[in-house]
Amino acid sequence: MSDKPVSAAIDGWYSLDHEQPHLIGAQCTVCGTYYFPKTISYCRNPGCDSSSFNELPLSREGKIWSYTNACYQPPEPFVADDPFVPYAIAAVELEREKMIVLGQVIKGVGVDELKVGQPVELALEALHEDDDTIKVTWKWRPQA
Amino acid sequence: MSNDIAILGVGMHPWGKWGKNFTEYGVHAARAALADAGIPWQDVGFVSGAATMRCGYPGYVAGATFAQALGWQGAQVNTSYAACASGSQALAAAQAKILSGECEVALVVGADTTPKGFLAPAKGYRPEDPDWLRFYLGITNPTYFALYARRRIDLYGDSEADFARVKIKNSEHGFTNPNARYKKKFTLDEVLNSAMVADPLRLLQICATSDGGAAMIVSSMDYAKRLGKTNPVKVAAVSTVTPTFASAVVEMPDIATDSAAAAGVEAHSFRAALPVKAYEQAGIGPEDVDVAEVYDLSSALELDWYEDLQFCPRGEAASLVREGVTRLGGRLPVNPSGGLACFGEAVPAQALAQVCELTWQLRGEAGDRQVSGAKVGITANQGLFGHGSSVIVKK
Repeated sequence: MSDKPVSAAIDGWYSLDHEQPHLIGAQCTVCGTYYFPKTISYCRNPGCDSSSFNELPLSREGKIWSYTNACYQPPEPFVADDPFVPYAIAAVELEREKMIVLGQVIKGVGVDELKVGQPVELALEALHEDDDTIKVTWKWRPQA
Repeated sequence: MSNDIAILGVGMHPWGKWGKNFTEYGVHAARAALADAGIPWQDVGFVSGAATMRCGYPGYVAGATFAQALGWQGAQVNTSYAACASGSQALAAAQAKILSGECEVALVVGADTTPKGFLAPAKGYRPEDPDWLRFYLGITNPTYFALYARRRIDLYGDSEADFARVKIKNSEHGFTNPNARYKKKFTLDEVLNSAMVADPLRLLQICATSDGGAAMIVSSMDYAKRLGKTNPVKVAAVSTVTPTFASAVVEMPDIATDSAAAAGVEAHSFRAALPVKAYEQAGIGPEDVDVAEVYDLSSALELDWYEDLQFCPRGEAASLVREGVTRLGGRLPVNPSGGLACFGEAVPAQALAQVCELTWQLRGEAGDRQVSGAKVGITANQGLFGHGSSVIVKK
């Protein structure tokens, strides 16, 4: 990786703490429903009419609900390395939030090393680079 | 009183990559449906179009576009967009008009012209649009299909060969269908040796995008009777329900599911909810179904539908395809048309194409792919943004 400065590929969706990164979610102050992304104005629980939310870090750890990979380069707006390098993708269940969050799996980990139910944790890694910065995103990393 | 409406005529433009304007496919299909119904275009009182998002403004106002192309004649007009369920939603609009007594006979029509390759989002930097965002993060449509397929392998012990059996079955079914795009019988080796796209799904297990058009002429039962059609195939139910919070399966184009953390909130499966409403409307159950057309966006997804349609308990669908239950000649043939495996998806036309096929099946006009003695058929489909449908037709 180059020594360009690092910035978030999507502003405000995750902390840039490289040791212990976390997704930034929201929680309804009335019914307790969690949201990711946090951009929410009215609670979507049909039994709740709240419009009040607290921003909070989501669980950094979860279990794999399912997984796959991308063997072919996705279309724009995806920015691919040249040559394209396939990557794994995981859908991860967060126990406290009772929700599933998708994300790429860190580089170098293939589908052969994954299974349903496996514990993973959040990591930050480059999504792509532009002329000035390395754009990082959240990814899932199998726990040791 | 009966909530049935009559299907007087159906018609399609063959699926393919023809490169023509979508209007041509729609008009071709509409004229075929009118001829099949044996009624003049001027008798149609309501035109219900399914929109396409890829063909500019005429696509957004598809109902009017088709009405103009067929010749303005003063009918009431509607356009529906509901992603893959657009055709069913257009049919539901016609059903409501007819059952309310506002019109006697309606044309329902959808058509699309598609680009090559992956379906891609609109341009620009638009992180607030989940469909844009997931592509930016490298998550395509096959990603979602593959996540569902992988769960079947890890939870139920399904194999890649089971998914391939679905593709092989559908390729045999569609082989003689004049409206199908892909007419080739595949072998197990060919499917399992095709390129891996999104593990465990290979190229031959993921549906393509196609051009195509489908249309239906539907009417009140009274109107059908006056035409001398005493026992037409009927639409008994059109379900277009939304998911129920908390929707617990990660769905296109979302990056996360709903949270089921609040007290009193349970996790729900959207796909399973679609046929429940259809069965309820029609007053019949899964045991009454003779034939089904389901949305095999991937071969593995067809197996999920068997369970969502309650053809078997959760986790047991693979045994239906292994034992030949869902092939022509089996107890409950699924996708006798060849399904998306043989058609590729023409979004606004696809849900209608499913109903066209069931109409031919129930009339006994399906030729080499006829399901013998079929009296009740059901469709199932699902698309982006909480849209899906299930339609029941009966003799």
